Amino acid sequence: MDNRDKQLLLGAEAVAQAALDAGISGVYAYPGTPSTEITEYIHQSPQAKEAGVRSTWSANEKTAYEAALGMSYAGKRSMVCMKHVGLNVAADAFMNSAITGVHGGLVVVAADDPSMHSSQNEQDSRVYGKFAMIPVMEPSNQQEAYDMVRSAFDLSEEMQLPVLLRIPTRLSHSRSVIRRSEMRPQNPLNPVTDKMGWVLLPAIARKNYQRLIDKQPQLVALSDASVFNTERPGEGDKAVIAFGIAYNYVMEVITTYRLNIPVLKISQYPLPEKKVRQFAERYDLILIAEEGYPVYEEWLKGYFGNDKFRGRLDGALPRTGELSPNALAKALGVETATPRDIPEIVAGRPPMLCDGCGHRDLFEAINRALEIYPHRHVFGDIGCYTLGALPPYNTISTCVDMGAAITMAKGAADAGMRPAVAVIGDSTFTHSGITGLLDAVNDGSPVTFIISDNSTTAMTGGQDSAGTGKYVDICKGIGVNEAHIRTIIPLKKNLEQNIAVLREEFDYEGVSVVISQRECVQTGVKHKKKKAQQQD
Amino acid sequence: MQKNIIISGVGGQGILTMAAIIDLAAMNLGLHVKQAEVHGMSQRGGAVESHLRISSEEIYSDLIPQGKADVILSLEPMEALRYLPFLSPEGVIITAKEPYKNIPNYPDETELLKTIEKTTAHVLVEAALLARQAGSPKTYNIVMLGAAAPYLDIAPTELEQAITHYFFPKGEAVVNMNLQAFRLGLSNNPN
Repeated sequence: MDNRDKQLLLGAEAVAQAALDAGISGVYAYPGTPSTEITEYIHQSPQAKEAGVRSTWSANEKTAYEAALGMSYAGKRSMVCMKHVGLNVAADAFMNSAITGVHGGLVVVAADDPSMHSSQNEQDSRVYGKFAMIPVMEPSNQQEAYDMVRSAFDLSEEMQLPVLLRIPTRLSHSRSVIRRSEMRPQNPLNPVTDKMGWVLLPAIARKNYQRLIDKQPQLVALSDASVFNTERPGEGDKAVIAFGIAYNYVMEVITTYRLNIPVLKISQYPLPEKKVRQFAERYDLILIAEEGYPVYEEWLKGYFGNDKFRGRLDGALPRTGELSPNALAKALGVETATPRDIPEIVAGRPPMLCDGCGHRDLFEAINRALEIYPHRHVFGDIGCYTLGALPPYNTISTCVDMGAAITMAKGAADAGMRPAVAVIGDSTFTHSGITGLLDAVNDGSPVTFIISDNSTTAMTGGQDSAGTGKYVDICKGIGVNEAHIRTIIPLKKNLEQNIAVLREEFDYEGVSVVISQRECVQTGVKHKKKKAQQQD
Repeated sequence: MQKNIIISGVGGQGILTMAAIIDLAAMNLGLHVKQAEVHGMSQRGGAVESHLRISSEEIYSDLIPQGKADVILSLEPMEALRYLPFLSPEGVIITAKEPYKNIPNYPDETELLKTIEKTTAHVLVEAALLARQAGSPKTYNIVMLGAAAPYLDIAPTELEQAITHYFFPKGEAVVNMNLQAFRLGLSNNPN
């Protein structure tokens, strides 16, 4: 085997490399596990630099999506990447981009996180694809992810629709050897000529919506002809329809135990109607293996429940969580040896805040400051500091969605809670907290917003944060009284002073912002190293 | 051939470096490689593992099935035991002896090592000591890679080439120190 044209890449990196080779002009994204490495790869790629592919981080998924759509309007290819819940943030733009359609190829990458390794839920992005009525591609392995990105751009330009690429954590964060195809140039600047087609006034939107509906039979036909939807022959009256990465687990079991079960692999949607119908008619019992929600199991079973289809809904496979070779072995009737138990002596080792992390000193100050008040509720948000909900601090009471700390604290203040306290990270604040702050200012709500500013997007590995150095100005600009924009440095030596500042602001009957400012210890080490290297 | 290896430890101990070196050596031999990693929240001082599979045939699952790992290669004794459901009946645990204590309820060390000894075939390594002998505590993970080398079905010379390639950007001194660490780990092996 010749290795010269091969690279060992994470699934996420394979998607990134494929997009570069397919001739994108830009990638837009907000960091989020397990999607972050796509944009990071492009950001660090000499090939991207040479080709002038733009790749800096966006403030959130919605701004990222709209910018990608704008690049497509201008005729160039663009990619927008996010974690599954990020698509909720971008959903308005996403749904309506199916109505406008696209010009230059637009590929939307949603990285789903079944089993919630690093997320609040395990929503299945394929549902969004169906909702928007656009093509969805779901690779089963890293090479297919690479190949599919090129096909997705072609399909997007052919059908003038965005194409959703769905990858799960396990594919995104697993390395494999990738064989690349040829690089192709970017599209020239070539803006849309039918400008009215992009103005979604009701009269135009109705026309566009009909056009989207009219495209559906062609999308189904393309799925039926897709090289990614294939059948593996076998014998017997039992069969499997395996979607995306579930195909790997099925094949692992089939090859290990030398089974001869027919498999229909589906990696391009809408469902290939002809293929599925012909396959389903031939067998009496069909296991539906899907990573994520039982989306197509429900569909194939139908409202009245066709028992021939088995899967997550009837317990043949677990209802929740990531699939595994063992889950598939069981569903396919293979007896596997009982695995060894984890000895009782093994203690849990949950993730925790780093030694020397500024959030630690902040939580200590908040806990101490709240001692004199009747309750200890602190609205939290999404980032490393969510770990402040766990011992030893037990400071944080909520974690729902990006920016919710601000607006939930406001709602609780409206209900009469005093003090109403929120902790939000710097990057989360610029992602979705600023608009909530404006609501609070307009209402004069008695709330204390603590921005824990570590000058980075820490949890995803230290990406640049959109508002670094601008927080005081942002808060002033929104109308927070300058006397109630306070900055503290969360260090042990400042503890008593910080407690005093927090209490002063808790007692203030209006909007106050406390900026707790200290660099992330992880990025601090990186910066020091870089500086030392530059001096060498 | 097929080898299923679980590399385990605590976030920040250098698991991904070990995995990258084995990956590189396997790829250079023209083998198929799959290596699942943990990114994101769990990396913050929590238990982390990598599922590494190398094979002369196509590999399907990114995850090693339970009961199918040939080796658990651990940078820490308690983390070696956490992945026991994945170890095959003939499997071997290769672990550093030094505990990584960042939790208040870390178990008794002697009991821990006893549990490993009575559980399965094992190689216990004084990794911190050997790393210091090699020239830096940082080479701890490469010492462990050396200790695991006889169980990976990859010739030590191939792994040494991969180490050289991996550390090349950091200069000759770093390369040599890591080669030394690898050899100390390798010669520590009782077999």
